[in-house]
Amino acid sequence: MPGVEGFMYPNEVELQWSVLIVLYPFLTGLVAGAFILASLERVFQVQAVKPTYRLALLTALAFLLVAPMPLQLHLGRPERSFEMYLTPHRTSAMAMFGFVYLWYLMAVLVVEIWLDYRRDIVLMAQSSTGWKRWFYGALTLGSNNISERALHIDERAGWLITLIGIPSAFLLHGYVGFIFGSIKANPWWSTPLMPVVFLFSAMVSGIALVLLLYMLSMRLRKQPIDMRCVDTVASYLFYTFVIDFSMEMLDLIHRIYESDESFRSLDFMVHTKLYLSHIVIQIALGTLLPIALLAVTQVIHLDENTRKRIYVLAGCLTLMGIFAMRWNVVIGGQLFSKSFLGYTTYKMGLVTREGLLTAVALTILPFLILWVLVKLLPPWPQATPERTAA
Amino acid sequence: MNITRRHLLWLLPAAAVAWEHVLAGTPEASPNYQTSQHWWAMLIDLPNCIGCGNCVRACQAENDVPDGYFRTWVERYHVADWRLETPQVDSPDGGKHGFPPAKEEGGKNFFVPKMCNHCADSPCTQVCPVGATFISPDGVVLVDKTYCLGCRYCVQACPYGCRFIHPKTNTAEKCTLCYHRITKGLTTACCEACPTGARKLANLRDPKDPIHEFLKTHSVQVLKPHMATYAKVYYNGLDGSVR
Amino acid sequence: MNLFRDAGHLFRLAAVFVAGLAFFLVVRGFLVPKTFGEYGHYRGAALEEIAARPVNFAGHQSCETCHAEIAEKKGGGKHVHVNCEACHGPQAKHADDPGSIQPAKLDTAVLCVRCHEANAAKPKNFPQVVSADHSNGLACDTCHQPHSPAIESGGAK
Repeated sequence: MPGVEGFMYPNEVELQWSVLIVLYPFLTGLVAGAFILASLERVFQVQAVKPTYRLALLTALAFLLVAPMPLQLHLGRPERSFEMYLTPHRTSAMAMFGFVYLWYLMAVLVVEIWLDYRRDIVLMAQSSTGWKRWFYGALTLGSNNISERALHIDERAGWLITLIGIPSAFLLHGYVGFIFGSIKANPWWSTPLMPVVFLFSAMVSGIALVLLLYMLSMRLRKQPIDMRCVDTVASYLFYTFVIDFSMEMLDLIHRIYESDESFRSLDFMVHTKLYLSHIVIQIALGTLLPIALLAVTQVIHLDENTRKRIYVLAGCLTLMGIFAMRWNVVIGGQLFSKSFLGYTTYKMGLVTREGLLTAVALTILPFLILWVLVKLLPPWPQATPERTAA
Repeated sequence: MNITRRHLLWLLPAAAVAWEHVLAGTPEASPNYQTSQHWWAMLIDLPNCIGCGNCVRACQAENDVPDGYFRTWVERYHVADWRLETPQVDSPDGGKHGFPPAKEEGGKNFFVPKMCNHCADSPCTQVCPVGATFISPDGVVLVDKTYCLGCRYCVQACPYGCRFIHPKTNTAEKCTLCYHRITKGLTTACCEACPTGARKLANLRDPKDPIHEFLKTHSVQVLKPHMATYAKVYYNGLDGSVR
Repeated sequence: MNLFRDAGHLFRLAAVFVAGLAFFLVVRGFLVPKTFGEYGHYRGAALEEIAARPVNFAGHQSCETCHAEIAEKKGGGKHVHVNCEACHGPQAKHADDPGSIQPAKLDTAVLCVRCHEANAAKPKNFPQVVSADHSNGLACDTCHQPHSPAIESGGAK
């Protein structure tokens, strides 16, 4: 059979989950990571990262809006997806998706953004004309109260929402790791470390993305980059990455040591079919190199421009590496036979519903949405004074 | 054929009556069928399997299984000496047209038919997000194809590789233990077509079912027992090399 | 009083959420299939629908109702446990309308070798031959009566 080496169960030859299912955890991971970064300032009072706060929230929202799209497109019967809301099966981690997503979108992210922007929304509703007046007016929910007391209440409520939002973000992305980690039939996926690894790699990717977007935005706006801010963000990126890498290495070492029935088959797969995506792209270029680059900035004092270049390079490599990690988990988990006697090949379509072009389009879309959001809800202080501290 | 027209005069009405309950569309019209009296299982007697592929063809004919996908299939094993962990296995087109002559005579060679194990604690029904796949009250794991989303989670969760997505309906599909036949007093298509009795449908709730005696007098195994799926397809003579 | 004035927007927000939840519950009531949950977390009507599929194999008992002499001949021979449709294929349509639908004539050159062609993986005590050496290209039913094929026990033609 073309593309098959050794023996595969006849129904296993075709892959079930495509590049879109690789993209979905990547997108929700960026959401969770961006939100955790935002919560650093709000809950843990890390003042240094404040310049990225609103941008991180808008980034999270842009990516969260796109996140269900790869799922819809991959379903055999997308018109029935609402059934997850009607009759969710309580034993299925996937059934949680609809509710966790809706909770996180509406009760956490949208509310937090609304509370933080409410003063600006009211002012913009009062000062704009035409459809914008109508739009911002609707967002005010009919309340124009921006007195000091009201804003103080917003501040407290927002703090509470962010506090709830942190475990919610963990849940939003952790459950995806659990979807894979709880499948006993697939030894590449089945490990209690899976939700942990997913979560930490999500945080890494989200922090890297916000770092890059902040630097890019300041560049586009011809504004100076707050170095204290990016230095702090980069240090969080570094430490989170070290934890993430440690978790992945723990899983790997454990596998090699225990050497259960699946090990030889998986080991062979990693050294052959997954060599480029796993060893080269994910581990060498996507993890070890950015960690090394960031470690240098943490240990040696370098001048501003060098640090900026390192951060940009490390950030891009990180995003590439985390995407490769999702690829290696999802696609890698389907390339080997559950008989441990064979391998198949992933034939990715180009212009098909689940093909490469769709994946590229869905990756670009969040940036377009973010651009619109930034225009509607500017993250940077305008002429108006900053929000009063708690 | 020696049937004359005269024979047909009484034969046809008799056949029609006997056939009526078979053609009846619902279990209610086969009034004797009670789900509570049945807990379906299958016995596969491996020393009797000759790898003819009748079961695979019969299943396809009975259930309109699309080409390239298999509700049941037959694997051929070649085990060299003591190397149980690395058998050579092949299943050309699922064994649908039998097998070409084995290249090696040495070692141990045998056939293993595979199918859905209708697990009593199935991981596939556990992961279905909407309840489109389930175990019936009489022990058959089924798919409601009007409700299935085609998310493919159940296909990933099955340790035995018995599920697939139907290319036309885009919903999950697998062996139904010929539910439409067994609820009418017939046996499954694969058992009907098996020439050597290697496959036998069993009702574990029927004390008179021959499986009880068989289980007492033979060493039987299920596939991947460490997965604790409580599979109900019992194999007699399952070699340790079978994956 | 002051609290309501200064937190009024939060109450409005809460009202939006409550309205959304209520709307969802109402719509859900209409959309959940009626038989869902009857026997378990699935649509109860699915059981009857799946059971209502038409059958394609009649089952050997239906065949034997009409073809009693064939059944008797088979009963005395080596093929006693080989059901009719194992060779003849699905015949439910024929059983339903025997007069107008006739089963196709079988080609023994293709049919018999499926089971009886020698293969190392077949059980040692199962009758199998290398057909090229055994029959030299002749069709199997030249010498063997398919319903009672063993030549010694009177199955020869």
